[in-house]
Amino acid sequence: MSELNWANWTCPLPLRDYPQIVLGHGGGGKLSAELVEHLFLPAFGNDTLARLSDAALLHAPPGRLAMTTDSFVVRPLFFPGGCIGDLAVNGTVNDLAVSGAEPLALSVSFILEEGLPLAQLGQIVQAMAEAARAAGVPIVTGDTKVVERGHGDGCYITTTGLGVVGPGVDLGPDRARPGDAVVLSGSIGDHGVAILSVREGLEFETVITSDTAALNGLTTLMLRACPRIRAMRDPTRGGLAATLNELATRSGVGIVIDEDAVPVDAPVRGACELLGLDPLLVANEGKLVAVVPAADAPGLVAAMRTHPLGERACIIGTVTEQWPGLVVVRTALGGQRVVTLPVGEQLPRIC
Amino acid sequence: MKYLTEFRDGKLASKLAEQIRRSVTRRWTIMEVCGGQTHSLIRHGIDQILAESVELIHGPGCPVCVTPIELIDRALAIAALPEVTLCSFGDMLRVPGSATDLFAVKSRGADVRVVYSPLDALRLAREQPARQVVFFGVGFETTAPANAMAIVQAKRLGLRNFSMLVSHVLVPPAIEAIAASPTNRVQAFLAAGHVCTVMGIEQYLPLAQRYRLPIVIAGFEPLDLLEAIRRAVVQLEAGRAEVENAYARVVEPRGNRTAQAMLAEVFEPTDRTWRGIGMIPQSGWRLRPAYRDFDAEYRFAVGAIRSTESPLCKSGEVLQGLLKPHQCPAFGQQCTPRTPLGATMVSSEGACAAYFNYGRLVQLGTPPATASTAATAATASAATNPRSSEVAKVTGVGR
Amino acid sequence: MCLAVPGQVQSIEEVDGTRMGKVNFGGIVKEVCLAYVPDLQVGDYTIVHVGFALSKIDEATAQQTLRTFAELGLLDEELATEPEEVPDEVSH
Repeated sequence: MSELNWANWTCPLPLRDYPQIVLGHGGGGKLSAELVEHLFLPAFGNDTLARLSDAALLHAPPGRLAMTTDSFVVRPLFFPGGCIGDLAVNGTVNDLAVSGAEPLALSVSFILEEGLPLAQLGQIVQAMAEAARAAGVPIVTGDTKVVERGHGDGCYITTTGLGVVGPGVDLGPDRARPGDAVVLSGSIGDHGVAILSVREGLEFETVITSDTAALNGLTTLMLRACPRIRAMRDPTRGGLAATLNELATRSGVGIVIDEDAVPVDAPVRGACELLGLDPLLVANEGKLVAVVPAADAPGLVAAMRTHPLGERACIIGTVTEQWPGLVVVRTALGGQRVVTLPVGEQLPRIC
Repeated sequence: MKYLTEFRDGKLASKLAEQIRRSVTRRWTIMEVCGGQTHSLIRHGIDQILAESVELIHGPGCPVCVTPIELIDRALAIAALPEVTLCSFGDMLRVPGSATDLFAVKSRGADVRVVYSPLDALRLAREQPARQVVFFGVGFETTAPANAMAIVQAKRLGLRNFSMLVSHVLVPPAIEAIAASPTNRVQAFLAAGHVCTVMGIEQYLPLAQRYRLPIVIAGFEPLDLLEAIRRAVVQLEAGRAEVENAYARVVEPRGNRTAQAMLAEVFEPTDRTWRGIGMIPQSGWRLRPAYRDFDAEYRFAVGAIRSTESPLCKSGEVLQGLLKPHQCPAFGQQCTPRTPLGATMVSSEGACAAYFNYGRLVQLGTPPATASTAATAATASAATNPRSSEVAKVTGVGR
Repeated sequence: MCLAVPGQVQSIEEVDGTRMGKVNFGGIVKEVCLAYVPDLQVGDYTIVHVGFALSKIDEATAQQTLRTFAELGLLDEELATEPEEVPDEVSH
């Protein structure tokens, strides 16, 4: 994700007349049209969108249609490594990707707060455009509404994604079987700590960047290398713990992971130690977990490591018939503990 | 991380555990006082590894757990005042008062903020002169120097909008209360390493002598805890009762004199009620009269506070080491981290939360070096509600 | 009783008459109040609790402790005898 570049974003006429979002920008009239014509269209640049019809018409290749939707309300809007914009695009692309779908198209819906600086919206839209281009997925339709000042956090985004799952691809969170291996694509905790690091009262001076990224290139490679993958998930809110718990519950199996096998970058670990956070519970935005028959795991990991987003791919644990529905961590000392879902938002432990 | 990772080495931990196992002629009962140590012991599974040689009893070392319910209710009342911004450590947010907790009050519109340090609250007060910033100053002796500094700086700056709700508790009176109790089973104590970093180790000498109990100052990482337990066991086997410093890289026998001077300037001893345990004389600190202007209890008249505890909650017995969390009838049933009855289930250092969140599994067919060899089967039944991750019943290791 | 983490002092400065420092915790840097450990120098390691340094870590003692652990049981592994008592640490 490229660095925020305020200087290079030039505000196109006539948007320059309105440095901030006003209610009229959501009204469907001239101001709305200017926003579409001078901001969204140039940024998202594709023929389907350019038609500006009420519904985008798509050619769907044969296969099952996959559809997913997500809303993004992250605070702050901008954080090291990204912003709400690329988070939204990558998040929705990833939901399609881990379902085994080739993403086809995205829609985006903005709820903007009156008073949001146009420059910020411009940066968000530019980030979305770049993320969509990097993922190879067009944004083909959208909507904008504006709410009164004080009624929103600047910007909320909802993205919906459509994709196609080809024949022979059959992934599901209920498909894990005892004996299967659990594979992780890279280090955990980066995104959650990046967000916390810029929130009020918890500032660090070392920049930890969010890992937000589109994973569809990696998942395509993975499915080609290992058609027998049982399930894939991206561990976002609730972290790796939440994802593994979902898999264990849905499949009616236990999952055991080796604490030492899970990669955590040193500054992320330092921040977690300082704040009393468990990295297993911290959100990620550019990582995935895959469950695969044990025999296929080494080959899958080797294939993943050829991709930039899978360079630190590794096997972190196994699926077991013991303790169905539970996720257990084996500590370096040979002890064991259960990893449960946190109650609500994880609060930094202090004393 | 330097001076952290090395003290988590699995191989060295196994060696220390093996040393302990080989040196015991009977099973000893040892209490760690500090919540941070409880958390570390259970998180790393040290109680499992040593189960045959040592019974670990978890003491009242979680300041969040022992903050009197009246003070929680007072904090809630103050937080509800429209001009107040209440700042607190994260752990306090979900501790149940009589009727509600800070998290619920925050979601109903009160200005409650989580901070990492009392200095963050001070900065907020300077940045927002129109708000009354109140810091909930909970903690043992480790945290008191930070709170003292914040008060002194507030006074120096002449801040009119900063105050503190103080609830400091002290370790030596708690150890004495436990050691002197007729139902006491504890044979040796692990003292709190970071408390002793501030206060030194001299206060523990009369306790070790009077009650004939080894007291070993312990750190928090697995190797530190195992080494402290090892030393306690050596003393117990030899019939000695001395104070030993097993955290010497951090703790000096005299403690931190600069911090102690600041503490004496700002705080004075007071009787303190420990939630679940009762009043322990001279076991707390309150602000001295010279700093009364910064005492939130005096600044905000929130009326008479009438507090009631849940009749089902057995935190007190857990905190005194008389009951293991999973032996409480409400454990995992009415009382879970999502629906806590008492503070020990909420605080990340509370014994009940540790037992629940880290689940106690008994492994079948494991080598004798790990876990219990008692003939207790693993009864970790899958949650009846498939959507819930709550462990309905896990068998505790350690009788 | 509380979460205190070891870090290395990177820089020291006076802020509003109070000695403050930037401390590095395994790659993450945070500003810390050093007022309670007046003899801390750049490069020293310290234990930090809620934004305050409480003690200087005695590195020699730390290394000695780790060495002691590593040597534990080595002798009796060689001689197959009962474990010897480890000498008490010299506190500084």
